[in-house]
Amino acid sequence: MPALVIAEHDNKSLKDATAKTVSAALALGGKVHVLLAGHHCGAAAEAAAKLQGVETVLVSDAPLYEHILAEPMAALILSLAERYDAILAPATTGGKNVLPRVAALLDVPQISEIIKVLGPNTFERPIYAGSAIQTVEAPPGKKVITVRTTAFKAAGPGGTAPIVAIPAGPDPGLSSFAGEALSSSERPELTSARTVISGGRGMQSGDSFKLLERIADRLHAAVGASRAAVDAGFVPNQYQVGQTGKVVAPDLYIAVGISGAIQHLAGMKESKVIVAINKDEEAPIFQVADFGLVADLFQALPEMEAELAKRGF
Amino acid sequence: MKVLVPVKRVVDYNVKVRVKSDETGVELANLKMSMNPFDEIAVEEAVRLKEKGKATEVVAVSIGPREAAETIRTALAMGADRGILVKTEGETEPLAVAKILKAICDSEKPRLVITGKQAIDDDAGQTGQMLAALMGWPQGTFAHKLELDEHSARIEREIDGGLQSVEVRLPAVMTTDLRLNEPRYASLPNIMKAKKKPIEEKTPADYGVDAAPRLKVLKVAEPPKRQAGIKVKSVGELIGKLHDAGVL
Repeated sequence: MPALVIAEHDNKSLKDATAKTVSAALALGGKVHVLLAGHHCGAAAEAAAKLQGVETVLVSDAPLYEHILAEPMAALILSLAERYDAILAPATTGGKNVLPRVAALLDVPQISEIIKVLGPNTFERPIYAGSAIQTVEAPPGKKVITVRTTAFKAAGPGGTAPIVAIPAGPDPGLSSFAGEALSSSERPELTSARTVISGGRGMQSGDSFKLLERIADRLHAAVGASRAAVDAGFVPNQYQVGQTGKVVAPDLYIAVGISGAIQHLAGMKESKVIVAINKDEEAPIFQVADFGLVADLFQALPEMEAELAKRGF
Repeated sequence: MKVLVPVKRVVDYNVKVRVKSDETGVELANLKMSMNPFDEIAVEEAVRLKEKGKATEVVAVSIGPREAAETIRTALAMGADRGILVKTEGETEPLAVAKILKAICDSEKPRLVITGKQAIDDDAGQTGQMLAALMGWPQGTFAHKLELDEHSARIEREIDGGLQSVEVRLPAVMTTDLRLNEPRYASLPNIMKAKKKPIEEKTPADYGVDAAPRLKVLKVAEPPKRQAGIKVKSVGELIGKLHDAGVL
């Protein structure tokens, strides 16, 4: 039986997390279908159909799914579940919200945040903020899996899957959407940016994040933060990188004024190249950094911006 | 309105765990154990609801070893009224925990269950959503703010793109994120008072739940180590190195 990937999208476009989850699903060895629930979501569905390796895209286009709520979304997935032996979603706040509901109603354990597929039933996943890697074997039966997207390459383009419209599932009528405040940044998304520059407690204020933003703009980078910086109110929650925030793995990660607690490292240590700028030369961040600069960030950041400008960035 | 708060005993946030040399798990002997930080936020929110007169009783539940009674005591010292300890041996997976909690909800009939969004040991992040599903209740995960009325709750949630608000009918399950509140430290008089609060002891069998794990852990290994690199002397040298590495 094929695997079903729950697409993440904003109706207009497909999130990169979906393409990465498709890769994880393909690694299970069977065919892969994508379920896309949304409203006026044709463009996102077309993008899903172009992913290499996808056999069919199921689209449920209805007002019920304009904003994805856990209860109706889980009901829709359940209505399709008998045709699939694995159901996968990216371990984003969207996937994490919905999938445990599905697992509970199917009476199967969920395998959270897999980082490797060793076989159709065997997976690796991090525990204790990535201090240990657990290899788990799922019992026979349906598998419900969330995927740590930084651990999988995005499925490439070139697919020509048919798009099949399916009716909306039931509305359990338990919850309703009551508004949202989404950040509208021109910068790339934190989890898919090739370069990320993050600030920690050392930034001392939200204002000084402007120093990071100016560099981010030159490098087309996303801006992140440690939990300490978010808790201190310097930047909003969606900036948080770490065990309990977002996991990123860019080509270049620049940690500024971040000491490097294990909980932060859990969210960025798979980055290809790590740079640390910190005035404390004993800061643990230097133990994982490829390039460390012991310096006062309030001097180093303007210098860095000037140096980048000089080099034409 | 009764509020139920499940609390988990986990290795303290500040402790760096080590993998056992035979790769069967992590070394837990003699480590400092504490309440899961997200569960502390859950207890705090419940106690605040009681202080505001919105909740009438706060019940703390822990599913774990005998020592999890200490975790319940911590919740009682923060202001919970009574505890239920469901004694288990070894790991109990989120699905089994959710089934035990369902049985407790069936008899206790809380209007709101507040759980942490994840436990910092297994990092599974499943229990609240699973409980909501088994009860047929709505959920508000990763809560940033709660406004509670008699029949509904408005929950502001931390999502990848920012914040989202949902309106849920009660009874419901809410899972906490970091910014919901800042948990209090229990005062000495409250710690003393907590010793007199009742803790009921149960087993999964009392609830007719098979708590045996379904996933088989084949191995627990150290993650690949990252080697420390070099220190550079100046911003100019740094930019040069990044250029050479091909990441600019």
